[in-house]
Amino acid sequence: MTADQTTADQASAPPADLRRSPAAHLTEQMRAGDVDGPRGVRLREIPFAVQLGIRAEPGAPSGRAAAEAWGVGLPAGPRAGETVTGDPEGRHVIWISPDEFLAVEPSGLAGLIDVRGIEGALDGMPGQIVDLSGNRTILELTGPSARSVLEKGCHVDLHPRAFPAGAAASTLLGPVQAIVHRTREDVFRILPRASFADYTVRWLLDGMAEFAGEELIR
Amino acid sequence: MTSRRLGIDRSPGYGVDRDAEHSFTLDGEAHTGLSGDTVASAMVAAGELPCGPSLYLGRARGIMGAGVEEPNALLHVEPRSPGHAAESMLPATTVELVDGLRASWLQGLGRLDETPDGALYDHTRVHTDVLVVGAGPAGIAAASQAAASGARTMLLDEQPAPGGSLLSSRGERIESTDAVAWARRTVDDARTAAEFTYLPRTTAVGSYDANYVVAVENRTDHLPASERPGVSRQRVWHIRAAEVILAAGAHERPLMFADDDRPGIMLAEAVRTYLNRYAALAGEQIVVATTNDSVYSLLEDLAEAGAPPVAVVDSRPEATPRAAAVLEATGVRGIFDAVVTGSDGDGDAGRLTAVTVHRLDRDDVPVGSVETLSADLLAVSGGHSPVVHLHSQRQGGIAWDDVLAAFVPSAPVARQQTVGAMAGTWSLSRALRTGAEAGRRAAEACGFRAEGADSPSDSPQTRDPLADGPRADLDYGPVRALWLIGAPDAQDPAEWSTHFVDMQRDQTVADALRAVGAGMRSVEHVKRYTSISTANDQGRTSAVNTVGLLATVLGAGHPGQVGTTTYRAPYTPVPFAALAGRRRGELFEPARITNIHSWHADHGAVFEDVGQWKRPRYYPRTGEDMETAVLRECAAARGSVGFQDVSTLGKIEIRGTDTGRLLDRIYTGVFSKLRVGRGRYGLMCTPDGMIFDDGVTLRIADDRYLMTTTTGGAATVLDWLEEWHQTEWPELDVAFTSVTEQWSTVAVVGPKSREVISRIAPELDVSNEAFGFMAFRETTLRNGVPARICRVSFSGELAFEVNVANFCGLATWELIAEAGAPFDITPYGTEAMHVLRAEKGLIIVGQDTDGTVTPQDAGMGWAVSTTEDFIGRRSHSRPDTARQDRKHLVGVLPADGRTLLPEGAQLVGAQTPITPEEGPVPMLGHVTSSYRSAALGRPFGLAMVWDGRNRIGEVVRSPVDGRLVDVELTSPVHFDPEGTRRDG
Repeated sequence: MTADQTTADQASAPPADLRRSPAAHLTEQMRAGDVDGPRGVRLREIPFAVQLGIRAEPGAPSGRAAAEAWGVGLPAGPRAGETVTGDPEGRHVIWISPDEFLAVEPSGLAGLIDVRGIEGALDGMPGQIVDLSGNRTILELTGPSARSVLEKGCHVDLHPRAFPAGAAASTLLGPVQAIVHRTREDVFRILPRASFADYTVRWLLDGMAEFAGEELIR
Repeated sequence: MTSRRLGIDRSPGYGVDRDAEHSFTLDGEAHTGLSGDTVASAMVAAGELPCGPSLYLGRARGIMGAGVEEPNALLHVEPRSPGHAAESMLPATTVELVDGLRASWLQGLGRLDETPDGALYDHTRVHTDVLVVGAGPAGIAAASQAAASGARTMLLDEQPAPGGSLLSSRGERIESTDAVAWARRTVDDARTAAEFTYLPRTTAVGSYDANYVVAVENRTDHLPASERPGVSRQRVWHIRAAEVILAAGAHERPLMFADDDRPGIMLAEAVRTYLNRYAALAGEQIVVATTNDSVYSLLEDLAEAGAPPVAVVDSRPEATPRAAAVLEATGVRGIFDAVVTGSDGDGDAGRLTAVTVHRLDRDDVPVGSVETLSADLLAVSGGHSPVVHLHSQRQGGIAWDDVLAAFVPSAPVARQQTVGAMAGTWSLSRALRTGAEAGRRAAEACGFRAEGADSPSDSPQTRDPLADGPRADLDYGPVRALWLIGAPDAQDPAEWSTHFVDMQRDQTVADALRAVGAGMRSVEHVKRYTSISTANDQGRTSAVNTVGLLATVLGAGHPGQVGTTTYRAPYTPVPFAALAGRRRGELFEPARITNIHSWHADHGAVFEDVGQWKRPRYYPRTGEDMETAVLRECAAARGSVGFQDVSTLGKIEIRGTDTGRLLDRIYTGVFSKLRVGRGRYGLMCTPDGMIFDDGVTLRIADDRYLMTTTTGGAATVLDWLEEWHQTEWPELDVAFTSVTEQWSTVAVVGPKSREVISRIAPELDVSNEAFGFMAFRETTLRNGVPARICRVSFSGELAFEVNVANFCGLATWELIAEAGAPFDITPYGTEAMHVLRAEKGLIIVGQDTDGTVTPQDAGMGWAVSTTEDFIGRRSHSRPDTARQDRKHLVGVLPADGRTLLPEGAQLVGAQTPITPEEGPVPMLGHVTSSYRSAALGRPFGLAMVWDGRNRIGEVVRSPVDGRLVDVELTSPVHFDPEGTRRDG
């Protein structure tokens, strides 16, 4: 990244203390809802991830240009068993549809990423790269009971054979459209649109409550 | 009260814990039972068979079954915990006893508890390789094989413990061990597999396409009442299975004869269940009536328990080998070629005292002299009906099997198997073998293979699972089904008004015959004419009997020629609260909120639901009602400055070299010639030429546009764009992304808005010359937040829209509030926005239009291109859309200057009489928007009126609160028609 770009980015990035993430007002409730132990499950928000919407076909020049600009190849899709590429803790790309992807960088380096520059990577080519950093937030559900909590509302088969770590899907969580991204065996990221974050957190906390008590023996 | 509870020496009591006693009350009286009892089994053990009387006729009835087939014994159960609701119409045979349970008998009719049900219900959605429904021997064998293969396997069973029919048996042995212990051990072994789930107390109620099965699990009712935060009382399971194995068992059919409904007449299998599972002897002077061999196991068990029956009345001409052997061993009298034709009872309680027995002739007609047998219990078996419901719900074929005298599955459902009694396999060894085979097949179909692929039937040590059992491999032998058992005193079945077919509906053979007499032939028609099998037991004991008697009456060769009624979900009743699950209260429906929401709430906003969005409707100050608040908010926007959160407007970013071309086709106006840095208002039509959505679209770069849509239309418009691009114009270089939620947007409106914007955006030249109407600029706000500011107006006032990244919405709103404070900047809601736009005659799509309004109708011909082709254009030249006297958008002013016309109010001609005698009243149109206006000082509105533009100036009338109000038709633009305020 050149010095010029850095200056340009800093100019285009909002001051951090003026930002309010979609689930910020529920931080306390999320902390209170945490469950420890063998049936544990925890929920937190990963706010302000850089997110870019990409419309491009992976094999086409636009797809290659987008992948080069972001530094991560575009995933081949569920039929090829590849719905996420890159590093889930750093830059990665989630497959949405055959020509639609979400590039994500969750580590809070918003100010250091040249969003405008990447948006311009398709100059002279078809397709689209759009800043969507405000569009969705990331909720992270962690722990041995995370899958059971998600299953209360998620239609996707979350069994590790069908949805291993490194898989992602666009689906419904209860009545909310969301992207679910399993980053590790017991770590699920849920990406609802910002306006649905409040409901989604309440839905998940509600589903977590039973794991704080004793397990029902069948 | 006589205790009929048997000691361990007389009954295995598989289902009860003799050391754990529970107290409960029934109809206010104290009773006790054992852990594992149902309310019904506790009452049987107490020697009390009567339940509530019958629904319509008030006849004495008693417990007849031992499971979900029960038609008589229905309970009202009081709330189990504080805050829970009472429940009604629960079969006592399915209510597990817990200490402190309070219940009362019902007379066939429940009452809804009107207090909210505070119990928790939830749903879960799981996928599995193999789903087995029913944990009887066949289901257990299937599940055990599937689980051993490593396939994901689920085993559902409605009972608290595995075993199914084995729980009702005694002395049965499988793999050299007691059969019930085998069931428990086999399920426990399977549970050690990581991928096996056993769900007791769980009923599969519905089976849908692609092996989607819905089940309801009872999770806590059987436990002592306790606080269990977050733990649901019932859970609805949504299961998607690659392979389904149905092992749902069979239900016994009663016999239909005169007075067949007394307390003391019970299904033979139920008598056996009470005897062996609950250690409860249902009677002491027992007569058994049957059409098949199944009752001979009951005979053996009763004899072993020291309560041999008085006699067996068997319809078949002579004893089968099985019958003969049992009769000989037990010394019980067998009466063959015979039938029970009637019963006697005792007093009001009506408990059975005697049965009458006749011989049968070859045509099933009772003949000869009557014999009366004293009895306090008649155990009946009219045959067995496989529980084909889930199979049939998937349109799986069923057919009548004359040998089994039962409807059995005849045509498979893809990726489903039926095994055990449900498939007409009565014998235990065959059930085990076919179950295991089904389990293996299902696992293999999912790509799994059991190690060694052994099963109870072919592993060396268990080659014959019943090898050391005391019994032969039993079947039910030949069946002599009896559908019409003559009455001793009436030859004509039309007079058989105490031959009850459907106990719960109090319907008799005479009622069914009346339906036939009225011309009904189809069982579906008879069902609806009589209501047979429409009660909440869904005809489990009556449906097939009705088919049988219809077949006899109509002279059909066999019941298969009559056919069955349709099986529909749910198999057993499901509480609505369970279906609702967690979708109640704050989780009922998502409330979409903007980044600025907390500010609105903190400032007392009253919210309005717009789609799923929560939008501030108005912000009342202390003492203000809605009308006052809205007038104040409007006055502020017209007099000084107001601001509104408009983040909810739909936003779609479109890129590609053909974007302008696409927009020219999507919108009625021209967008390809729009200059970069400018915006334009556009209307979209459907192909029929009617207005579909509207909004302002900005050109951000040569190949980039930002489209805004209505709040409610955002998703529909994106789909619309994709559909046209993908299906009609794939050659266009365009791409779309929804950016609705990428942006927070604040409208700053009013004569002082320019000053407010200049204060928050110091780098921006906001003069009209530098920043004209419909232009937009990129800038950085005073607080460092990057923003895009547009000059658009939905009020006729000088106005700006400030767009910032979503998460900077609140900070930006607060910045504007602070900058506007010197001008008393006023937050306003959707109601004031509606008033302001209506004063300018600006439509709201979906309020002033309804899918039948063209742009020309709405007076918006100015937004329609005369040169470019667009979706809907050709329809505008259809004779009907082109005529000049369609309904037009006009303004309306109540002549008295005071009356607020209701939205939706009809308009009629000034001279039109509106009395009913003169009707029908010709309508001129209706009011679409109506408000009080601060700017006009009076109420006003918009309306769609036939030939309205040519009637402007005319006075029409509208009925309001029972009187007729004069209404003047005007131009829709009520305020500032010259547009002098737009540029400040």
